[in-house]
Amino acid sequence: MTVLEQRGSSRNESYWPAPPPAWRPRVDPAPLLPDAEPYRLLGTDAAGQVGSGLLTELYGHLVRGRRYNAQATALTRQGRLAVYPSSTGQEACQVAAALVLEERDWLFPSYRDTLAAVARGLDPVAALTLLRGDWHTGYDPREHRIAPLCTPLATQLPHAVGLAHAARLKGDDVVALAMVGDGGTSEGDFHEALNFAAVWQAPVVFLVQNNGFAISVPLAKQSAAPSLAHKAVGYGMPGRLVDGNDAPALHEVLSEAVERARRGGGPTLVEAITYRMEAHTNADDATRYRTDDEVDEWRGHDPIALVERELSERGLLSDELAQQVRDGAEELAAGLRDRMNQDPALDPMDLFAHVYAEPTSQLREQEAQLRAELAAEAADAGAAQGRGANDTTGKERP
Amino acid sequence: MTATATEAGRKPVSMAQALNRALRDAMADDPAVHVMGEDVGELGGVFRITDGLVKEFGEERCGDTPLAEAGILGTAVGMAMYGLRPVVEMQFDAFAYPGFEQLISHVARMRNRTRGAMPLPLTIRVPYGGGIGGVEHHSDSSEAYYLATPGLQVVTPATVADAYGLLRAAIASDDPVVFLEPKRLYWSRADWSPDAPAPVAPLGRAEIRRPGSSATLITYGPSLPVCMEAAEAATAEGWDLEVLDLRSLQPFDDETVCASVRRTGRAVVVHEASGFGGPGGEIAARVTERCFHHLEAPVLRVAGFDIPYPPPMLERHHLPGVDRILDTVGRLQWEADWTEGSGD
Repeated sequence: MTVLEQRGSSRNESYWPAPPPAWRPRVDPAPLLPDAEPYRLLGTDAAGQVGSGLLTELYGHLVRGRRYNAQATALTRQGRLAVYPSSTGQEACQVAAALVLEERDWLFPSYRDTLAAVARGLDPVAALTLLRGDWHTGYDPREHRIAPLCTPLATQLPHAVGLAHAARLKGDDVVALAMVGDGGTSEGDFHEALNFAAVWQAPVVFLVQNNGFAISVPLAKQSAAPSLAHKAVGYGMPGRLVDGNDAPALHEVLSEAVERARRGGGPTLVEAITYRMEAHTNADDATRYRTDDEVDEWRGHDPIALVERELSERGLLSDELAQQVRDGAEELAAGLRDRMNQDPALDPMDLFAHVYAEPTSQLREQEAQLRAELAAEAADAGAAQGRGANDTTGKERP
Repeated sequence: MTATATEAGRKPVSMAQALNRALRDAMADDPAVHVMGEDVGELGGVFRITDGLVKEFGEERCGDTPLAEAGILGTAVGMAMYGLRPVVEMQFDAFAYPGFEQLISHVARMRNRTRGAMPLPLTIRVPYGGGIGGVEHHSDSSEAYYLATPGLQVVTPATVADAYGLLRAAIASDDPVVFLEPKRLYWSRADWSPDAPAPVAPLGRAEIRRPGSSATLITYGPSLPVCMEAAEAATAEGWDLEVLDLRSLQPFDDETVCASVRRTGRAVVVHEASGFGGPGGEIAARVTERCFHHLEAPVLRVAGFDIPYPPPMLERHHLPGVDRILDTVGRLQWEADWTEGSGD
């Protein structure tokens, strides 16, 4: 007997009633799809809708940000920072990410996003502690609601999802904004974070800064997706594509995503098209994998120049404003330079202080060992000094 | 643990039930405790350790997650950052591996990298070990991987009472704990009163389960009952073996271990994990460094072979058993069969 006969129907009857029982439409993908072109405001008819106050604020932040990047790069050349992954050219992404958040919201930066933390109000020295190398995180994340700068790619994204989810469970209307690069979208944690966020409808905004390169590897070797924003559709969240050098456009798109999340509308994936004007870090040589022509082309689409043009078209870019903004940026740079030129205070015994709430007996033994070594070093140095020798022996060097 | 339920309120309880009770009590005591993992909701977990929790506390406190271990651990990190106390279930030892980057790069380091500002009170429950006839990837003893990572605590109960007490202590700890549950002891039973649980010892204290004078068997988790059986059998050979249950591999209780070995003068470390690179090597080194002048023989190990975990029909040859333990104890230089210069 065939299965059909068991069911009491004959082969002649139609047995094509409906799709498989387990299938049902889940969500209409059309509204989730990103625009065909990156969303822009500057240089379009819609530019006029950007408030002058916001434009001026963005301008100040962008100029400060560019100066901050230049200063941090210079400090790296002088050996004051171990390494600096610059966000030069990406200042609009950095600044917009910081400005769209309320104080109670959380920012989840990667190692290239120190400027976003600074734009949020974090002391630049605290932001750069990781890259100076005196500790891994230079600030209390809970005080500033800025997660530690994350080095393993995309691994901060599930943290953002979990934190946002926890906030919602507690009844707090807190939003988390997590930053990642184009390369990071290939990581498994990117996938898992977006999936969890959509399933939980967690109040998270994922900002992908597509700056064209993962160190040397161009996007074409990273992903075959129509755009990185399209990846959102597979998770059931909206994807937005935006010009990452158009600060007001980014501000608008990110603000909408943040407010949507805050209202309980769930997560959004925003892809910002931008360009890394500098090498990956000071240790990288970008001329090995890209042409000067390409860099020049992007120089013509500079985020600061775009805002400047709009301000001057409105007659708002007075000499006074320009000077005021420049002065503010110089002040930031000078303060950073002065403070970074001082050696950080280091206490080797800190190595054991924060492994566990209470040091284990083994850690206490190792602590005693290091203390004895330091005492011996100091005694040697003292003896050497007594003989009139070089007095820097044994001093901790950054 | 002889089963004669006489005292009022004491009845045979399985380790699985004790773990379930520990989760329930922790959730009732502290609203910050959230249980999460694959199938922990309606199903109650594949081993039923979370049975009934969703009914009692709701989906928000005991939730099924998508099937993604890095995502589970990563989101749990974020939840802990916001002040919750997540208890994560990894379904099986070998299925926990996708979460290793989160575990090693974040879970273990968050307190350290933030100078103590952001500790992570996070418990990661991992059913581990063999002896249940599991097919490939269901029987790993993965403790050495965790032990190699500073910042983690690694705890494993071997008794019903400890299953409750140590899990409560793990959840109460402000630092992350990898809580290894010996699968084959899930159904072991003991007289235990859940209404008056034994006082919870601080993590990091070993316990002598059987006092003895001839040699110390140092063990933990699934190998404890095997060692107890071996110690009973050893009396026929005239050996009075002490059996020491580590309970916590990190923090490691040097004090109790060394006190025992100094007393007995001989030691064998017993575990299921492969010997090469396994915890036994570290333990043997620590004991030798600290008790050298009290030792009558080298510290020996009975461990799983250095092979990928075998298929279930062959696993009995791999797992430390009573005979292998007794053979090893027999090699602890009991007679004057070794003299200096004999070359052995």
